[in-house]
Amino acid sequence: MAFTLYALIQTAILFTNAIAVLHEERFLSKIGWGAEQSIGGFGDEPGIKAQLLNLIRSVRTVMRVPLIAVNSVCIVLLLLFG
Amino acid sequence: MDFQQHGYRATKPRARASPPSGGPLLFDDTSSGPPPMNSQNFYSSEYNMAGASAGGQDPGVGNLFADPMASAAMMYGSSLANQGKDIVNKEINRFMSVNKLKYFFAVDTRYVMKKLLLLMFPYTHQDWEVRYHRDTPLTPRHDVNAPDLYIPTMAFITYILLAGMALGIQKRFSPEVLGLCASTALVWIIIEVLVMLLSLYLLTVHTDLSTFDLVAYSGYKYVGMILTVLCGLLFGSDGYFAALAWSSCALMFFIVRSLKMKILSSFSADSMGVGTSAKPHFRLYITFALAAFQPIIIYWLTAHLVR
Repeated sequence: MAFTLYALIQTAILFTNAIAVLHEERFLSKIGWGAEQSIGGFGDEPGIKAQLLNLIRSVRTVMRVPLIAVNSVCIVLLLLFG
Repeated sequence: MDFQQHGYRATKPRARASPPSGGPLLFDDTSSGPPPMNSQNFYSSEYNMAGASAGGQDPGVGNLFADPMASAAMMYGSSLANQGKDIVNKEINRFMSVNKLKYFFAVDTRYVMKKLLLLMFPYTHQDWEVRYHRDTPLTPRHDVNAPDLYIPTMAFITYILLAGMALGIQKRFSPEVLGLCASTALVWIIIEVLVMLLSLYLLTVHTDLSTFDLVAYSGYKYVGMILTVLCGLLFGSDGYFAALAWSSCALMFFIVRSLKMKILSSFSADSMGVGTSAKPHFRLYITFALAAFQPIIIYWLTAHLVR
């Protein structure tokens, strides 16, 4: 399995896109992974599920705009260079 | 094969106040305090010579700069280079702290020797704690348990060269293969560090393991890989598997003992009493998973070289 750096970049873009398209109210709430279910009480440390939900929500918030730019660049490059 | 010599014998122990001697500096060694004298002397002598000849004094002294235009251009060029260097430093400092990086490269020969020995034979080492000095961890120069980035970097480069040599011996060499080997190994390190960071975050393990620490611990496997490939080249298939078994066991032991202190017994800031989080056995799983991953990746990255 020989990796090039370009394969790594592609993997990263695909993963981030996959996380970014998980819609909050149409999908995540339906399977019990919505934002409001992750806020536990204070005190004890959040469990794995709360951390994961937090991660998904923050990735969506932070990476939405850069992903637009990166995807556009990727589309143009793929169109030009196949 | 300049790199191979450079790899393990290049650095000399440096006293605190003495300026660096001999040879060109690879990087500014500001870890020992005062800035190196070389660059300052270079620039001041430039200015002196340019100033003397620009004054039109003695054409014999500044023979190089007899033309005042050339000397003015030289001064302008050096000031421009200075500005460029400042800008680059500022930009780099925005992304990663260069001082933190310098901590990892503050090594000396004694440390490198002991660490290499420790990586290949960790069974007799007693004390695995990283020693602190008033809240900051000691540099690798003073503490053999501290992680460093010098050995992983050099081992990575040596591994690439060794891969090229092994392929050349089997007449399978071409320049693209070298680049492919290098990027494959780099990608595997990145993947491993990302997975470790992700699992440490998800299990809310509050350690003081920074990203560079994880890169360092991931990079230590290259030493084992080099040993394995060498034995495979010298002694054939049996030597390869024997060296693989030996370095895998040594590396697994090393990783488990080193990370046990940092991951398993870390205290979170707001937990009551002496406690780990709700699931202490997950931390054990992480450590052992990381350790078990090492032999797999060593085999994966070296098997095609000693077929």
